[in-house]
Amino acid sequence: MSETSVQAGSLPKAPGSLSMIVVMTAVATACGLLIVTAFQATKNAIEHNVATITQESVLEILPDATRQIPFGVDKSGAVVREPAADADVSKIYAGYDESGALAGIAIEGSGQGWNELKILYAYAPDRQCIFGFKVLECRETPGVGDKIATQEEFLANFKELDATLDPGTRAPEHPIVTVKHGTKKDKWEIDAISGATISSKAVGRILQDSTTRLLPAITGHLDEIRKAGAE
Amino acid sequence: MNSASLWFIFIDSLLINNLVLAVFLGICPFLGVSGKLDTAIRMGGAVVFVMLVSSALAYGMNVLLVRLDAEYLRIISYIVVIASTVQLVEMFIKKKSPALFRALGIYLPLITTNCAVLGVAMFQTIRDYSFVQSMVFSLGSGLGFTLALVIMSGIREQLNLSDVPNAAKGTALALMVAGILSMAFMGFAGLGSN
Amino acid sequence: MSESSSNRNLQVFLNGIWKENPVFVQVLGMCPTLAVTNSVRNAIAMGISTMFVLVMSSMLVAMVRKVVPKQVRIATYILIISTFVTIVDYLIKAVSIPVYKALGPFIALIVVNCIILGRAEAFASKNTVYRSVLDAVGMGVGFCIALLCLGGVRELLGSGSFLGVPIFGPYFEPWVIFLLPSGGFFTLGAWLLVFSLLKERKARRAAQEQSA
Repeated sequence: MSETSVQAGSLPKAPGSLSMIVVMTAVATACGLLIVTAFQATKNAIEHNVATITQESVLEILPDATRQIPFGVDKSGAVVREPAADADVSKIYAGYDESGALAGIAIEGSGQGWNELKILYAYAPDRQCIFGFKVLECRETPGVGDKIATQEEFLANFKELDATLDPGTRAPEHPIVTVKHGTKKDKWEIDAISGATISSKAVGRILQDSTTRLLPAITGHLDEIRKAGAE
Repeated sequence: MNSASLWFIFIDSLLINNLVLAVFLGICPFLGVSGKLDTAIRMGGAVVFVMLVSSALAYGMNVLLVRLDAEYLRIISYIVVIASTVQLVEMFIKKKSPALFRALGIYLPLITTNCAVLGVAMFQTIRDYSFVQSMVFSLGSGLGFTLALVIMSGIREQLNLSDVPNAAKGTALALMVAGILSMAFMGFAGLGSN
Repeated sequence: MSESSSNRNLQVFLNGIWKENPVFVQVLGMCPTLAVTNSVRNAIAMGISTMFVLVMSSMLVAMVRKVVPKQVRIATYILIISTFVTIVDYLIKAVSIPVYKALGPFIALIVVNCIILGRAEAFASKNTVYRSVLDAVGMGVGFCIALLCLGGVRELLGSGSFLGVPIFGPYFEPWVIFLLPSGGFFTLGAWLLVFSLLKERKARRAAQEQSA
């Protein structure tokens, strides 16, 4: 581009800046129109895709559920039903079975492992435990860290992971922690994958943060969430 | 808002997820300009500078686009921001320091099509970095780019003197070296995180 | 159309695939070539998106080539290219979210893929719309082939599958290194080596024939 700017001065008959401005404006307008058309044309398909993809993952980790309603928990701990897409809330999805009874709550969590990590876990309010886990987004080292998404032994940790809240303070009785492979003793501990401890620990940390922050709010508004399914 | 600490972002962009060796951005100058140590340092300097300016501008641009609800113009406006930054920087340097301008010479306009600059702007948007985080991220990325370029050019200066089969000379060998470097940089993984 | 001109057009098309293959011969567009080829699916998605942008922008550049003043031509090309990249960005999102997530910011980076600006400046700005599209399709196919070469090797060795279908059976221990960034460098380096070996052998044969 420097070449052109140098030439502009030395060329004997450079076209006037008017024609340049006209052409650039015309091209920019045409481009703008094209982009807006494409944006409008694909908008519905994209929204549909995003909705199906969350719906599928939610129903996958809540096997008894047949439909779901999204909720959001904001910073003050208030629960809003069907929050706006760009609202600053933690997303949770309540799943209901055919009779409309609450079949579990799927909660989104994210944090840092080696890289950004995004998970979804299933919480059963009546049993006060985590009973399902799925990695949504993971850029961990292939073949090592990404075992947190696939290894059955690790995923077995989340069949019945204790997340009991203290009835008085509503804080978790035992924060969820990741322990070294083979040393799991208590039902609130996660047995790490040997060789992928950092990623396993990241999962534990995400769950600990998320349960400490969200579960009190959820149990506080459980009646509302239950009622939403009966409608 | 992204919650990552500034120190982590810096280490991450400089070493762990090095722009060139782990994210594959800016490969063209990496292979093309890394023949000599001296040019590598100059190119690196130019990239760090442009990256800082353009990522600050891109941050402002994004705030504006989000407010106007016109995020679909992001790509086009980023590239315009970067191209004009490069032009402005070029004009500024030409006026203030002709010596530096001659030294950077052709590298400045080349930066417009350096995907590293656009890449940094896109990454900071996708990761939802705050302004300070974005600046640290672009500084780390630029220095990381320079670091990779300098290491590579050092190795290539040595390689020129060694006996290599004809077929492997040039890009093929450079890529193999880059592969080994990239493996070495993987050793930094885990640094800075708890 | 006379035979010689249709032959020439074929030549324009084939050029990009073999003689001037953008990746293996011109060594352009390295970033996407290395970054998204850890699986065949991603390689195909990237190849098709790049080809779409390449063809559409070449066509438009060739259309406006006579009205755009020389001074602002690069700016115009960049505007046109980024328009089509934005369109591709939304199209991919509309087709499949997992693919969109796998390619991530590299879709936006098609803008700075040197192949596209290179063809706009070197070919489309000087040729008719028809020939420019032909050239762009050739280059695009060449780029796709190169991505497939890399993606194929990396997925086959790195996860023992092709397009997600396991090939080597359960006892195969995947060479994880091929999925990592360094594997990308090694694979591309090896491919370039193969091509230059072929070229060297061809040159030697030709020299032998001449002396014989």
